Amino acid sequence: MTGHTDPGGPGQAAADSVTPDWAIASSGLTKRFRGGQLAVDDVDLAVPAGSVYGFLGPNGSGKTTTIRMLLGLAFPTSGTAELLGVKVPDGATRVLSRVGSLVEGPAFYPYLSGWENLARYDAADRFASPKTAKARIGEALERVGLSAAAKKRYRNYSLGMKQRLAIAAGLLQPRELIILDEPTNGLDPQGTREVRSLIRQIAADGITVFVSSHLLAEVEQVSSHVGVMRVGKLVFQGSLPELRRTGAARISIRTGDVEAAAKVLRKLGLADTETADGVISAGLGEMAALGDDAPEKICAELVHAGIGVRGLAVETPSLEDLFVGLTGEGFDVER
Amino acid sequence: MSSADVVTGNTGVTEATPAQMRKAVEGEAPSSVRAYARLLVSELHLVFGRRRNQLLLLVVALFPLLIGIALKVASPKGGGGGGPNGPNNGAAFFNQLAGNGVFLTFIALTMLLILVLPVVVAIVAGDSVAGEAGHGTLRYLLAVPAGRTRLLSVKYLAIVAFGAAATFIVAIVALLVGVVLFPVGPVALLSGTTVSLADGLLRVFLVTLYISAAMAAIGAIGLAISTLTEHAIGAIAALMILVVGSEVVDQVPQFASAGPYLPTHWWTMFDSLLRSPVDTTTLWHGLLSFVVYAVLFCLFAWARFTTSDVTS
Repeated sequence: MTGHTDPGGPGQAAADSVTPDWAIASSGLTKRFRGGQLAVDDVDLAVPAGSVYGFLGPNGSGKTTTIRMLLGLAFPTSGTAELLGVKVPDGATRVLSRVGSLVEGPAFYPYLSGWENLARYDAADRFASPKTAKARIGEALERVGLSAAAKKRYRNYSLGMKQRLAIAAGLLQPRELIILDEPTNGLDPQGTREVRSLIRQIAADGITVFVSSHLLAEVEQVSSHVGVMRVGKLVFQGSLPELRRTGAARISIRTGDVEAAAKVLRKLGLADTETADGVISAGLGEMAALGDDAPEKICAELVHAGIGVRGLAVETPSLEDLFVGLTGEGFDVER
Repeated sequence: MSSADVVTGNTGVTEATPAQMRKAVEGEAPSSVRAYARLLVSELHLVFGRRRNQLLLLVVALFPLLIGIALKVASPKGGGGGGPNGPNNGAAFFNQLAGNGVFLTFIALTMLLILVLPVVVAIVAGDSVAGEAGHGTLRYLLAVPAGRTRLLSVKYLAIVAFGAAATFIVAIVALLVGVVLFPVGPVALLSGTTVSLADGLLRVFLVTLYISAAMAAIGAIGLAISTLTEHAIGAIAALMILVVGSEVVDQVPQFASAGPYLPTHWWTMFDSLLRSPVDTTTLWHGLLSFVVYAVLFCLFAWARFTTSDVTS
């Protein structure tokens, strides 16, 4: 995607690309299965164009069903969804050629080679030029490091190769959005790293990446934004710093005069103070009022009030803690 | 992605939008007709290139050969192929075979029409959508996006092509075997008149077309069943049960009034082409039956396929 030969006139650029603010936007997206089970419940996705969006949630939380609706594979019970500013599923056939996807693991014809498989998918794309097919397939295979195995039957591919072939299929065309559903499922650590670096490369080209995972650790390193699903509901959506901020950091102060310190903290608006012997802690939830340098201000106030501060620490819950807090512990007990 | 990593033009204003890159890398988008042709070729390649299907065609080709040899070996004893156990109009063909090798095509087609050709069509038709669903490739084709109606129509055309290919292979192999093993000359029709060999061959061609149409009709039923499941084998079995069931019911005198509405009822009516004058009324009835079945079940498949969630 790095080769752009013609910058094009400004007028043409405006006509060509009505860049929407949201690569993916949904409102009230709901899917109720025939059995009555609510798989996706009133989900309002807002994926900024150009972001790497980690779509998180435990298995069975409705991630894949949401992705299926975005790709026009499943029809929503109610609500709407837009990809790159085009309504789906109505406009799916128009917009999806600008969207690469990997849904629920790779799927190819076992009796065809890797190359033939990509050629098959490329032939199905009505916007794909047959003239450039050969070059595009070769480049896609090259990009995922499968050039050497291009002639090998898919049946004989290893799991990691299958996964990479699926990503190659997503890269057959220059895309504006890539949707990857659990791209590292079943991969060894080495494969996981490869996928991660691929995501970085794709994102570096300015392509929006929407990547789902049940593991926070997997997307934490690559994503700029996250959405967290829990039993069909989107329980959090925002940038990673925003997610961090939801976890109320706590400040804990080691001091000789806990009582006096508590008074100062309360005066600063920090209400939920907890005292243990020699240590007082308070949630920094209202930190916004104090600004980003709240710990410093608190320290200064304490010292100003003549309270000896022996130690001061700010404890932030890890993203993992926040994630577990949002999605609940354990297995799919809520189903 | 492009081989040219060199940024041309003035530095600083070279950041192209994805849409522009798309234009540059993708080349011209093909016309919708060409794109459709490409998908159709891909589908035909998939169906005809698959080893299993090639094996099916090979098996289908072997039958006329075996039938021809068996009849050749048996004919001196029976003094002209005296009534083997075939269906009624089959028996008439057997009597003619001794005089003309061309009749081997009608014998082979009649015999294979009972089970072998429907099985071959059922395998390809039942596999068409269900097989893709089972492999999971259906969701990727639709996400490409192939377009549901577009994909389904291509699938049906491939089924029709495969059914016709199987039928024509039977006819051609039978004709070749018949020519080699039996005398060839002007063709004596079932009605007693004799027509030229060229006229006879034309009738062979029309019979083959007629049977191809019959196969296209059950192909549509197979396609419809195939949209209901992601287990190809289930769809194949269901279609076979339907075909055999229809053939059985067609044989029961008590159900005679229902006969003309059965999907298999008109299959063997191709013998109308072997009379002079040709019984066109029967032929048109048969063709009408095939068209109605094809349209009805294609519509069913379409209604189902374009509205159901792909969950595989």
